[in-house]
Amino acid sequence: MAPHPGTWLKVTPQGLYCEPGGFFVDPARPVPRAVLTHGHADHARAGHGAVLATAETLDILRTRHGEGAARVMQAAPCGRTLKHNGVRITLLPAGHVLGSAQVLLEWRGSRVLISGDYKRRPDPTCAPYEPAQADVFVTEATFALPVFRHPDAAGEVARLCASVARFPGRCHLLGAYALGKAQRMIALLRQAGWDRPIYLHGALQRLCDLYGRHGVALGELRPVPAPAKRGGTVLAGEIVIAPPSAEATPWARRLADPVVAVASGWMRVRQRAKARGVELPLVVSDHADWDELLATCAEVGAPEVWVTHGREDALIHALAQRGIRGRALHLVGRGEEGEAEAPEAADEAAAPDAPAPPVP
Amino acid sequence: MSLSAFAALLEGLLFTPARTAKLALLREWFATQPDPERGLGLAALTGELSFAAAKAGMIRELAAARTDPVLFALSYDYVGDLAETVALLWPEQRGGKASPPLVSEVVAGLAATPKPALPGLIAGWLDTLEAGARLALIKLVTGGLRVGASGRLAKVALAEWAGRPVEEVEEVWHGLEPPYLPLFAWLEGRGPRPDPGTAPVFRPPMLAHPLEEEDLAALDPRDWRAEWKWDGIRVQIAATPGGARIFSRSGEDITAAFPDIAEHLGFHAVLDGELLVLRGGEVAPFGDLQQRLNRRAVPPRLLRDYPAHVRLYDILFDGAEDLRALPTDARRARLEAWFARVSPQRMDLSPLIPFDTPEDLARIREGARAAAIEGLMLKRADAPYVAGRVKGLWWKWKRAPLTVDAVLMYAQRGHGKRSSVYSDYTFGLWRPDGAGGEELVPVGKAYSGYTDAELAWLDRWIREHTVARFGPVREVEKALVLEVAFDGVQRSSRHRSGLALRFPRIARLRADKPAAEADRIAALERWLPAEEGAAG
Repeated sequence: MAPHPGTWLKVTPQGLYCEPGGFFVDPARPVPRAVLTHGHADHARAGHGAVLATAETLDILRTRHGEGAARVMQAAPCGRTLKHNGVRITLLPAGHVLGSAQVLLEWRGSRVLISGDYKRRPDPTCAPYEPAQADVFVTEATFALPVFRHPDAAGEVARLCASVARFPGRCHLLGAYALGKAQRMIALLRQAGWDRPIYLHGALQRLCDLYGRHGVALGELRPVPAPAKRGGTVLAGEIVIAPPSAEATPWARRLADPVVAVASGWMRVRQRAKARGVELPLVVSDHADWDELLATCAEVGAPEVWVTHGREDALIHALAQRGIRGRALHLVGRGEEGEAEAPEAADEAAAPDAPAPPVP
Repeated sequence: MSLSAFAALLEGLLFTPARTAKLALLREWFATQPDPERGLGLAALTGELSFAAAKAGMIRELAAARTDPVLFALSYDYVGDLAETVALLWPEQRGGKASPPLVSEVVAGLAATPKPALPGLIAGWLDTLEAGARLALIKLVTGGLRVGASGRLAKVALAEWAGRPVEEVEEVWHGLEPPYLPLFAWLEGRGPRPDPGTAPVFRPPMLAHPLEEEDLAALDPRDWRAEWKWDGIRVQIAATPGGARIFSRSGEDITAAFPDIAEHLGFHAVLDGELLVLRGGEVAPFGDLQQRLNRRAVPPRLLRDYPAHVRLYDILFDGAEDLRALPTDARRARLEAWFARVSPQRMDLSPLIPFDTPEDLARIREGARAAAIEGLMLKRADAPYVAGRVKGLWWKWKRAPLTVDAVLMYAQRGHGKRSSVYSDYTFGLWRPDGAGGEELVPVGKAYSGYTDAELAWLDRWIREHTVARFGPVREVEKALVLEVAFDGVQRSSRHRSGLALRFPRIARLRADKPAAEADRIAALERWLPAEEGAAG
C-alpha cells in the first residue's frame, strides 16, 4: 500500500519539504534544494542552492535577482517527468502567470499535486491550467470566500476602455502587479482592440521585455515621458500601467489628472476599493475564484486537500460538506505580491524641488 | 435600459471623487437613457425616490435561505457591509437568466406588491442580475442609496447636458415629480417650459464675495448697508398657495427637518434668511444647529432642546409680486412692512448696523466676538436681488480667525488629483498626561489653507519623517508646528480631546518653532462659547 503523503511531505518553518527527495517547494528561506512553482516573490526567493523550475520561471528569477539568484538552475519543461532520489517530479501548467506550474510529486505510488497559485480562466500570456489526479491536493486559497466570483475579464477591460472614452482629457493609470497582471492586462487590451501605444512605469519594463522574449506579443510599449516643462502633465487620453500604489508616489504627478484604476481580484469588494481611493476598480484576478477552487478540488479528486495560504477556514468548511478532508498548513511568508506601497525609489526624482522651509 | 446601467452609474459616482467626473457621468446618463428610466434614476440619486420597501432583515433572510450559515458569517465578517455581502455571495443562476428588470419595473413592482409577496419578488430580480446590479437593487429597496450625489449636482449636470443656465432648471424644478417627463421634453426642445404654477419653487440665492482690505477702502458708506453675518445656515422660505418649503442654500428641500418652522408658514412670500437655534433670545452655537440638520424626522426632544428660528434679511416675493428687481433699500422697506403686517412666528429681522466710515466697520467687525456672529455682510444699497455671486454687490467680511500653534501628528493622501500628495493633516495640542508629563492629543484635521509650495514642502517633510503607516495614513515625527486658523471651537464627544474646531485650515507652517512650544489644549478651551453646557 502506498504511504500517506503526510509521511513524506512535511510542513517545516521553511515551507513544504519532500523528505525522500531532499528538496523544498517554494521555500520561504534559502535552502540547498528547491522546486519553484512560479516567479512571484513570495514563492521564488533568491539564495537557494539548486533550483528546479520552468525555463520561464528561471528567466524571471534571473531578471529579478541576477545570475546569482541560485547557485544551480535546472529547467524542467511542463509535462516531462524527472526522477530525483526516487521521487518523480512533474511540472504541469498552472495558468497563473508566464511559466507558472503545479508540482506533481510521486513517491512509492503516492501522489501529491501542489498547485502553487493558479487560475482557470483563459489568459493570452500563459499556458492554461492542466488538471491532474492526486491523493493529496495542496491548494492556495487566496480568494476562498463565496463573495469572490471573478467576472469575465474582457468585460472589465471594456469598462476601462469606456472610461478612457468618457474622460478623454485624463490619463488612465492602471495599477497591476509587475509580473503577470501587467502583461495580461496589456494582452487583454490588445484583444479588445486597443492598438495605441501603452505606457509603462519603469518598474514594469524588464518583465514586459521578458514576456516578449518568450513569444508573448504585447504591441507597442513606451516609457512614460517626462513633461516638457516643470509642473506640466502628459498622456491625457492614454493608458499607463504601473505597480499598485504608484499613484501615491510623486512620480504620478506628471500624469494628466489621472483616473486611478486597479486590476485585482480584491477590487470585487468595493469597501476595499474605496478605502484605497481607487476610482476605477477592475476585477481581474490571476487566482482561482471561489467556484473554481471548489471545482478544481473536485476535479483533482483527492480525498484530502491541504490549504497553503489565504482564507482556509471557508474552503475547509466547504470541502468538509463535500466529504473532502481539509487541512490548513499556515505557511509563513505568503501574501499578495505588491500589496505594499510602491517603492519610493521608483520616483525617479519626479518631485519638483522642494521649496525652502517657509519663514514665518 | 436595465438596472445594470443604473448600477454602473452608481458605482461610478461612488468611486469618483471629482465633481467634474461625477457631472460627466450624470450627463452621459441623461444623454443615453430613455424615459422614464433616466428620470427615475435621477430621483433615486437625489433622494426624491426613497422607498424603504424592504428592511435589511428581509434581505438577510433571503440570503440565509440560499447560503451556508458558516460561509455567510465568514463572508460578512470579511466584507463588513450586509448589503454588499448579500450582493456578492448571492448564488448565480448559471445560464438561462431572465432579463434584468428596468428601474421603472422595480419602482412599479414595489408599489404594486403586497408585503408578503415582496421577498419572492426581490429574490426573483436578484436572480437576473450580476453583483453590481444586485447591490444597486438591495440599496434601492432598502432605501440605503447613499452615493454622494446631491440634488444640486444633478441639476447642474442636467443644465450642462441641456446647455442651459442652472438657474432655469432650478426655477422649474420643485414643481415637478419623478420621472420628470415634461422637464426632459423641455430640455430636449420637444415640449414647453414646465410651469411651476403656484408650487413653491427654489430661487437660486444671491451670494457674496469675500471682502479684501483694498475693497474696503473703496467703499462709500452712503452706498452700502451692513448686517451681521450670522453663523447658521442660509435658507430660503418659499410659501405659496401651492404649499410651503424650506430650502437650503443649494436648493435641497429641508422642510421635513424643521417642522417647528414649517408649521408657521401660512403666509405667501419668498424670504431669504439664516436658520439658527435660538434659546431665550440668544443664538446658540453652530453645533446646536447641527443637531437638527440632515434629518427626515425630528424627535420631540430635539424640537424642545434645539428650537429653530429664522432671522430674515431679504424678501424675493411678497405674495405673487416679484420684488427681485427692486434695489436693496426698497426690498428692505418691503421686508419690514411685510414683517409688521404678518408678524410671522419663529422669525425676526436681522438688524441693520449703522456706520459712517469704513473705519467704523472695521471696529464693529473686530468687536464682534459673539459665537453666533461670523462677521459682517455688506450690501450695495441699489443692488437688485440676482442669483449667484455677482461681484461688487454683496460682500462678506468674516471676523479675523482664531489661531493656535498645533503639532502635525498624522497625514493622509488626498483623492483624485491629490492622491499622490499628503494633503490632509491631523494636528494636536499638548495636555497633561496624568503622569507629570505632557502628551499630544489630536484636535482636528485640515486639508486647506496652504499654498502649492507649502503643500509640496509638507508632502516631502511627511515622507521624510514618517514613523508608521496605516493604509493611506502616515504617522509622522511629532516635530512640525502648524499655525491653524479656525472660526470657533465647541465641545464634542466625538473627538478624543473633547473639542471640535469649526473650519480649521492651515494658516502658516512654523518650521522655526520647536514642537514643545506649541499650544496647550487650554488655549482652545478659552474660546469655548460662554453658553456651552446649556444644551446639556
